[in-house]
Amino acid sequence: MIVIKRSFILLSGLLLAITTCPLLAEEAKSGYEYIKPATRAMQDDDFENPGMLSVERGLELFNEKQDSTGKACSDCHGADAQKMNPQSIARYPVYDENRGGIVTLQKSISYCRNNIGSRALPTNHPDLVALETFVRNRAHGEAVNVQVDGPMATLIDKGEKIYQTRFGLIDMSCSHCHSLYPGQMIRGQKISQGQGNGFPAYRLDIGEITNLHQRIQQCLTLMRAEPFDADSEEIKLLGLYVMSRSNGLSIETPAVRY
Amino acid sequence: MSLRAGQFILLLVALAPVTGMTENAVALPDNYCSWEVKDYAIEEPLCGLDGDALRGKQIVSDSNLGNCLACHQLPIPGIEAYGTIGPPLQGIASRYTEAQIRVRIVDTRNINPMSIMPGFYRDPRLINRPGKPYRGKTFLTAQQVEDVIAYLVTLK
Ligand code: HEC
Ligand code: HEC
Repeated sequence: MIVIKRSFILLSGLLLAITTCPLLAEEAKSGYEYIKPATRAMQDDDFENPGMLSVERGLELFNEKQDSTGKACSDCHGADAQKMNPQSIARYPVYDENRGGIVTLQKSISYCRNNIGSRALPTNHPDLVALETFVRNRAHGEAVNVQVDGPMATLIDKGEKIYQTRFGLIDMSCSHCHSLYPGQMIRGQKISQGQGNGFPAYRLDIGEITNLHQRIQQCLTLMRAEPFDADSEEIKLLGLYVMSRSNGLSIETPAVRY
Repeated sequence: MSLRAGQFILLLVALAPVTGMTENAVALPDNYCSWEVKDYAIEEPLCGLDGDALRGKQIVSDSNLGNCLACHQLPIPGIEAYGTIGPPLQGIASRYTEAQIRVRIVDTRNINPMSIMPGFYRDPRLINRPGKPYRGKTFLTAQQVEDVIAYLVTLK
């Protein structure tokens, strides 16, 4: 009897472990592990990495005095953003109820720009992406550390639902490609886990720096789906979920990717 | 392809319908021919059309059309970049009849609801959030699907 009981407990424990073990039981791997050696070398060399141009452009903008107020981001944060805490940068996107929930790094930058009287720019304007790249680069090497408890827990669940929904004529979900098939080839391209730690990243395919939301929009277009708008709740939820999968991975901004 | 437990659960979750995200006001196009699955096969050619194997061979490798090579290996010389998501299609006609191949191209989810392969003649009303240019359209036309099938049946 005791033996039966024990094996029953063991079995149910095992079952529980299997069914509750998140998909993340699959170890998170950076996109870096899936790209070609030549692309890695390009990323690792600051002089070769085309994304560094965006970092430099961001640095310029960071120090640019606004006409209306004569102020610059650097007034508060230091010319090289040395007064910013890389660990806080690694927490993005963050939760802030007063700012409508999920706040991306770019949105925080926009709030600051607003405070110093800068001209309002639309989401993902190249200047904002350059600033985002520069600021995120300050946390290079930090581990992604998105909040997963509290109000974020429900939002991450919502994001995961979207991640697992089929979209577009291709009629696949994000998780089909990025959770089931990493390491497989789609045409000439090796599929990665679709992690967010490299973003903003330089895309060799289109020759541009793109942030995570833009990359997700590009995947939706590839799926022949209608991409979610830059300011939509869906894109924020997807971005948050993707970033939460990347927790623990080193920030590589600006990564170089296909 | 071995599925680990976690991945299997994922598939199950992926199947669960998500409400509130679909905005399907798509109408069935006038020229859409209906089809019927019987015994895991579609016997009748779509719209009664004849396929052309040569055109089919072009369609499977054209990334704007079938783009089958994105996921499958095909015995077409000179093509190096192909996908490994789906099984290689060499010898497909010795494994399946024409009618069995047809259901797999038209909408393979009729035989495997968890399949990730796009339905090339899937009812457009079933597509979630199609891009604007693709609303109310099938992936391939009925003629193109029949061309692809005509090519695949030559792969003995
Ligand atoms: C049909 C296959 C496919 C689907 C579906 C798909 N992607 Fe991708 N995705 C790719 C390919 C190919 C790449 C480029 C290679 C790579 O990094 O995986 C990519 C890259 C990415 C990257 C960049 C990873 C890196 O390190 O550079 C992210 C993030 C991403 N996808 C997220 C998503 C999200 C979110 C969805 C759903 C909205 C999605 N993808 C759907 C194929 C797909
Ligand atoms: C996005 C990936 C993808 C694309 C694009 C795709 N397939 Fe598939 N295909 C698959 C997968 C995965 C399977 C394996 C069974 C399944 O999941 O349904 C499959 C199975 C098949 C089978 C059955 C093979 C067997 O041995 O059972 C045939 C036939 C086939 N595909 C033909 C095609 C043709 C022809 C095209 C293009 C017109 C195409 N596929 C495009 C992913 C794809």
